[in-house]
Amino acid sequence: MDTNLEIAPPKPESDAAAVPIVQLDGVTVIYGQNRALKDVSARFAPGAVGLLGPNGAGKSTMLKALLGFIKPAEGRMTVLGMDVAERPMDIRARLGYMPESDAQIPGMNAVSFVAYCGQLAGLPAVDAMQRAHEVLYYVGLGEARYRNVETYSTGMKQRIKLAQALVHDPDLLFLDEPTNGMDPKGRDEMLELIRDLAHNKNVNLILSSHLLPDVEFTCDHVVVMDKAQVVAQGPIAELKGPAGRVFELRIKGDLPAFVETLREAGMECHSTEDDVMRVFVPSTLIDRGRDQQVIFSLAAHHGVQVRHLRPSIPTLEDVFAKAVGE
Amino acid sequence: MPIHDQSYRRYGGGKTTPGQAWTVIARAGIMNMIRKRAFLGVLIFAFLPFIIRAVQIYLSTNFPQAALLAPTAETFREFLQQQEFFVFIVTIYVGAGLIANDRRANALQIYLSKPLMRSEYIAGKAAVLFVFLTLVTWVPAILLLLLQVLFAGSFAFLKANLFLFPAITVGALLQVLVATFTMLALSSLSKSSRYVGILYAGVIFFTGAIYGVMYAITGDSSLSWLSLSSNLAQVLDVVFRVTPRYATPWPVSLTVIVGLIVLSISVLERRVRGVEVVT
Repeated sequence: MDTNLEIAPPKPESDAAAVPIVQLDGVTVIYGQNRALKDVSARFAPGAVGLLGPNGAGKSTMLKALLGFIKPAEGRMTVLGMDVAERPMDIRARLGYMPESDAQIPGMNAVSFVAYCGQLAGLPAVDAMQRAHEVLYYVGLGEARYRNVETYSTGMKQRIKLAQALVHDPDLLFLDEPTNGMDPKGRDEMLELIRDLAHNKNVNLILSSHLLPDVEFTCDHVVVMDKAQVVAQGPIAELKGPAGRVFELRIKGDLPAFVETLREAGMECHSTEDDVMRVFVPSTLIDRGRDQQVIFSLAAHHGVQVRHLRPSIPTLEDVFAKAVGE
Repeated sequence: MPIHDQSYRRYGGGKTTPGQAWTVIARAGIMNMIRKRAFLGVLIFAFLPFIIRAVQIYLSTNFPQAALLAPTAETFREFLQQQEFFVFIVTIYVGAGLIANDRRANALQIYLSKPLMRSEYIAGKAAVLFVFLTLVTWVPAILLLLLQVLFAGSFAFLKANLFLFPAITVGALLQVLVATFTMLALSSLSKSSRYVGILYAGVIFFTGAIYGVMYAITGDSSLSWLSLSSNLAQVLDVVFRVTPRYATPWPVSLTVIVGLIVLSISVLERRVRGVEVVT
């Protein structure tokens, strides 16, 4: 399927530009010969922001650079208004990190582990223990809190990682692929937790994921990454919804030629997993409900049969596909 | 309507100032070891030489017939040398998994995402080993010195050997620091505590074996700097004002010891990171 989308350079949106909770300016991270981040500039608005991109796009590298684990070769980063290079300890005191890979302190049960993490973050021992019990109940591990963490299932390990990130009550959470390896029910529960934290508990969070539905369900803003660069960013609603309509379209005929025709007519189209393509008709072409007729008339003019045409809702998938040029 | 919110709540209490997290790590590590009965058995076993020496001092101070058992400065030097076996055992038992287990469980990124520096993490881990090694070297040696005063009922021996307190302290400190940093560096190199234990034993025995072979060939002890144990023995002889047992100048032995500690710290600096970068 041909791609005919022109991606504009990422433009920070108004609210993110006003008070970004995390900001990167021209950040480049190099591993040996490999550039893991290439001159990345991004602004993360308060609330829930999705960091979206395929595997290897540089999402985890960005989070680790923001944590101070990796020193960028170039650029400047600020978190909660503090420079990462100058005040990493102050930043980490107000930040919770849920790593992507399995991670725990060996030889501890859940409540000891979470309380220990609380103490490491500066909580007094008694408060840390009380908070450990509270957050373990909150993440759904209340009944299993005296079990050794190393005996936990994958889903439980994801929950305990969230608990240790929450125990010291951070102002900002970094969640790196939080639903990895979880069954559908567990995944839904985890997403509900994340959504609750962001929307009801006023915890700012950055959710790194390659799963579009996860980001769409939990986040208000998104930063899309591909090949070590930021390719789109802003409020999801704005990115999804420029004036225009989206159609699902299946045809019989010369597909590449018809795609080219649609492109010349000012429409955008990209493939989906099956043989149905998604066609975006910009507002400039929409004339009082005649947008479908534009497609039909183009098809008739080129001798192509329209087998399926259905109005659709713009999704984050459209934004992502548009941004990464699929 | 619920009268009490049982879900997530914001924390309104105080927090300690940064820089104290190493004490949390140290305390947790020490408690973790003390809970192990087998380890308590090792510690009790490590105090057997102390008990024997205490009996020796008691007899020599209370029974004139046993005067030939009276302690000298060399007695304390010998005691520290005897404890080297227990230093070896405790170092492997406590130290092998200190960082290796954290690396196996990816715990470093948990630790370092909290407000603590890498040096604090290393300090906390080092403190665990330091405490237990001090418990089998400096503590019993100083207790023996105190027992001598108590059993004799006079300060005569202590006054005649005033250098003993600093000598015991410096000697034990050297033993403990070398073992602590060498083991921590090795522990940071692997994810298997068993492998680390074997590696540490290898370092001790291999360097000793090389020197032994060289000595057998040349008949000269000036190559004793090749052996870690020999370097410690040489410096401890000087500290306790005993004739050095090897031909190697003691500053050379001390340089090797300090170099090993610096090398270990350098390894730790490279290996203890929140992310492992493979290039």
